[in-house]
Amino acid sequence: MKQGRHVSPGTLRNSFDRRVVIIGALQGGLGVLLAGRLGYLAVAQNEKYKLDAESNRVNLTLIPPRRGWILDRNGAPMASNRADFRVDIIPERLVDAEATVNRLGALLQLTAVEIRDLKDKLEKAHGFQPVEVKSGIDWERFASVSVRLPDMPGVVPQRGFSRFYPTGPSVGHLIGYVGAASAEDYEKERNPLLVTPGYKVGKDGLEKQFETTLRGAPGARRVEVTASGRIVRDLDTREDVPGKPIQLTINAPLQDYAARRLGTESGAVVVMDCHTGDLLCASSMPSFDPNSFSDGIGRIEWKMLSDDDHVPLRNKVLRGLYPPGSTVKPMVALAFLEAGLSPDESVFCGGGLRVGNRVFHCWNRRGHGQVNMAKGIYQSCDVYFYHFAQRVGMEKIAAMAKRLGLGQEFPLPVLGQSYGTVPDPAWKKRKYGKDWAVFDTVNATIGQGYMLVNPLQQAVMASRIASGRQLMPRLLLEKHAPEAKPLGISQEHLDFVHKAMSDVVNGPGTAGRARLPIPDVLLAGKTGTAQVVGLNVGSGKGGLWKHRDHGHFICFAPFDKPRYACAVVIEHGGGSGAAYPVARDVMTFLFDPAKAMAVLTEMEAGWGGTPQERMAARYRAYSAQYGGSAPAVAPDAAERAVEAVERERPVQPIVDAAQAPPPEPVTEATAGVAGGATSPTEGGR
Amino acid sequence: MNRSIVPASIARLPWAVILPLGALVLFGSAVLYSAAGGHIRPWALTHVLRFCVFLGMALVIARLPRDLFKLVAYPAYGMILFLLILVEMIGAIGGGSQRWLNLGFMQLQPSELMKPAIVLVLARFYDSLPAFMTSGWRGLIPAAGLVALPAGFVMLQPDLGTALAICFGGFAVMFLAGLPLRWFIGGGLAASIIAPIAFFTLLHDYQRKRVTTFMDPESDPLGSGYHITQSKIAIGSGGFFGKGFGNGSQSHLEYLPESHTDFVFATMAEEWGMIGGLFVLLIFALVLRWGIGVARKAPDRFSQLLAAGMTATIFFYVAINLMMVMGLAPVVGIPLPFMSHGGSSMMTNMICVGTIMAVDRWRSGRNTLG
Repeated sequence: MKQGRHVSPGTLRNSFDRRVVIIGALQGGLGVLLAGRLGYLAVAQNEKYKLDAESNRVNLTLIPPRRGWILDRNGAPMASNRADFRVDIIPERLVDAEATVNRLGALLQLTAVEIRDLKDKLEKAHGFQPVEVKSGIDWERFASVSVRLPDMPGVVPQRGFSRFYPTGPSVGHLIGYVGAASAEDYEKERNPLLVTPGYKVGKDGLEKQFETTLRGAPGARRVEVTASGRIVRDLDTREDVPGKPIQLTINAPLQDYAARRLGTESGAVVVMDCHTGDLLCASSMPSFDPNSFSDGIGRIEWKMLSDDDHVPLRNKVLRGLYPPGSTVKPMVALAFLEAGLSPDESVFCGGGLRVGNRVFHCWNRRGHGQVNMAKGIYQSCDVYFYHFAQRVGMEKIAAMAKRLGLGQEFPLPVLGQSYGTVPDPAWKKRKYGKDWAVFDTVNATIGQGYMLVNPLQQAVMASRIASGRQLMPRLLLEKHAPEAKPLGISQEHLDFVHKAMSDVVNGPGTAGRARLPIPDVLLAGKTGTAQVVGLNVGSGKGGLWKHRDHGHFICFAPFDKPRYACAVVIEHGGGSGAAYPVARDVMTFLFDPAKAMAVLTEMEAGWGGTPQERMAARYRAYSAQYGGSAPAVAPDAAERAVEAVERERPVQPIVDAAQAPPPEPVTEATAGVAGGATSPTEGGR
Repeated sequence: MNRSIVPASIARLPWAVILPLGALVLFGSAVLYSAAGGHIRPWALTHVLRFCVFLGMALVIARLPRDLFKLVAYPAYGMILFLLILVEMIGAIGGGSQRWLNLGFMQLQPSELMKPAIVLVLARFYDSLPAFMTSGWRGLIPAAGLVALPAGFVMLQPDLGTALAICFGGFAVMFLAGLPLRWFIGGGLAASIIAPIAFFTLLHDYQRKRVTTFMDPESDPLGSGYHITQSKIAIGSGGFFGKGFGNGSQSHLEYLPESHTDFVFATMAEEWGMIGGLFVLLIFALVLRWGIGVARKAPDRFSQLLAAGMTATIFFYVAINLMMVMGLAPVVGIPLPFMSHGGSSMMTNMICVGTIMAVDRWRSGRNTLG
């Protein structure tokens, strides 16, 4: 193959000389290009890359702020913070979840149930939302995790603070609990603090209500880290600003005492100060332990809660609605007096009263004989009230009920109140499109029928009767609150009712056993037994728990110079006999704590210990029985369950007589029953 | 230099290249000392020791006669090609990719040796090719085969960087040998058509990814774009004067990957700044200028092509590495000569330097061994 031009060694040499210059020029050109690039990166873009290098080098970690304490009226902590060691997992950073969890399980000595719970939580977790492995770890186990960190990416051990509720279940409903922020919380706020391991937000009760006050401002720690996340050294630390404390009107020892005194019953105790309206106690049992709720709820605890028919998630003080039974009688008596009825007017009780074509019975079938107002109250004679209520009329009674706080919602910093129903003719017309009937009045005067109240309202009623003032319940302590306005009820009327209520306890009344074991302090009270099912279903005293009567008691002391008012509700307690001993002991505690405590200690020995001890024993039993086979729990199950309980309307099948037998004929009465069954939805919120 | 004091044999050494190289190696070992957190182990000390050993080797090579180079050109090439195939077979049997043979005292990478060998064998080929054949097919096809064979095996390993280095060294010699320009232009056109096809068929996934992330490093900041991004941060944050010796956070906190090998320039630039970078560029300019100068003054065609080809090979290392660390080229595993820690690359580059020294000696007619 011949080319057109002749190629000789000479031409090749020339070509080499030319081409080597080209290559040299290329090299030089590239050198200049590289120098230019170097200048561009190192000088022109220096600021940008300096920042990048800094943000590589320095890692900012937020220090969760210590949550503000919740104090009782005397400054004792009801919710505080405990320094502890904890370990969290950030799911996003996990490399081998299975191996890491097993490793942690061995290092932290987790039980099989805890490991399964942790795996469930990790499965449902996503992103940077931290998942708590365990808190309250001792130093040795904490250290054993810390030294193995390089092998376990995604595991975050740290010193921190966890919420501590010294009295546990006693304050569960009142104060609520805290927990890791949910994905929705984070969506709402977009605050990196919310996904900081160890940070908790208020989930229920006061913890949720006062979230912004209690939260505080996070601290920050700047550290130098390697690419693999190993901390080389601390650069600087900014301390957190602890959240502000809130001080409640609650008397913490009383709150705890009342909760424990409720024992194995399901019920509520509310105590109010008759001078200021301060809530000294708002206990609701059974409850949950906010300490364990705050760690995230495990499958065993979840099963325990679900199996409990006493609804441990419902705050009965605010959410429990009950027919108040005879506790409304002092209120009705005040309405009578204001309507001009002389207290000396009497009626003969032969054990029942014919109203229209029905006979309404008195709880005492043998009858009370001649009954005036005082006897009507202290003997709780139904016939007296059946008789005069028809004369005075429902409007006046309903007006007095509302004046004393029934059917009312109070301006309290709580997540919701079920305020119940005070029925009157206009309400019935509106609600059911039916005219008010005489037997409706008769039912209402003994706290049955459509009437539904919550324990807080009963306590307010007691305090208003005691003081004659328009007391408003308060939860936040105010040193200089204005005095409540008088209700405008004549003092003479009040004195009369006070005397009759004192006779309930200290005289020939229905609650002689409620007398206080304190010299010179007389308790005034009123019993109430509210029927849950008709006498055709059960006697209300025994049989199925769900069918037993509710027990009520309202009281105040000292009767001549009222200082404290109290309301006790025992759900399905079988009658007022279940309620007034509790009220007696709680009131005793206010005057002589040691004496009251002695009584409780003896009782708890019979019940199997304090509520915390009983819960722990139950946990052990469940753990042994179900172990890991209990169904798994969603991460925010507790929160959702509490919400569900709160949404749930209390369904109280209304029957039209408490102590009294059902009116004849029974068939006609069922109209009222059917209507009443749905009426509570009116009151719920 | 005073000849009366310094022995003639020492004075006659090619100080024009030994001094700049020595300075660069010492500077490199200072960088390695800092990268090791202020310790001469594991890198700084061996770096200097290796240089001394391989400098000795280069000075020995420099004394070899031209005829010996010509004599061993084909056998050496064949031998290394055989080793390449051997490595490939051992790798296939062993069930993984392997690039070295374990000789007991060191791990030998035949692909490294192939870089100077391809230059040597092509220089030999064009030296023996009659001048008139240069512009014909006989000037192209055998040479292309000599390049394609080892490059293909290296690609199989797979080692894109070394394959490219072999090709570049080969093409440089072919270009300088006087092959018609239109072939290079045509070849360039063909490559621009084949490259995209090869990109999607021949390259491994990780290699393909490196190329795509080079185009847009931020697309994958934690994956293969990570290298480039961190390297640019290291160089850029150094500024003009650098952060100071021992103060490079990018390398010390391990954000910069391969801080002592492929990305040693970034490690250096972070602590020494643009000043340090310009110093390194200057040294390479001196060395390459010396190499080209030797080639231009070389007495015959074989020496010319040999010296220029060796220079081009060193240049290729420097250019690709620096472009890579500054984000101008995709990440290919090519170390920076005389600065990166690594025996194979030091050996290859010192063979190139030694060969150029030898050519330098042939011109001046100084004594050679034998």
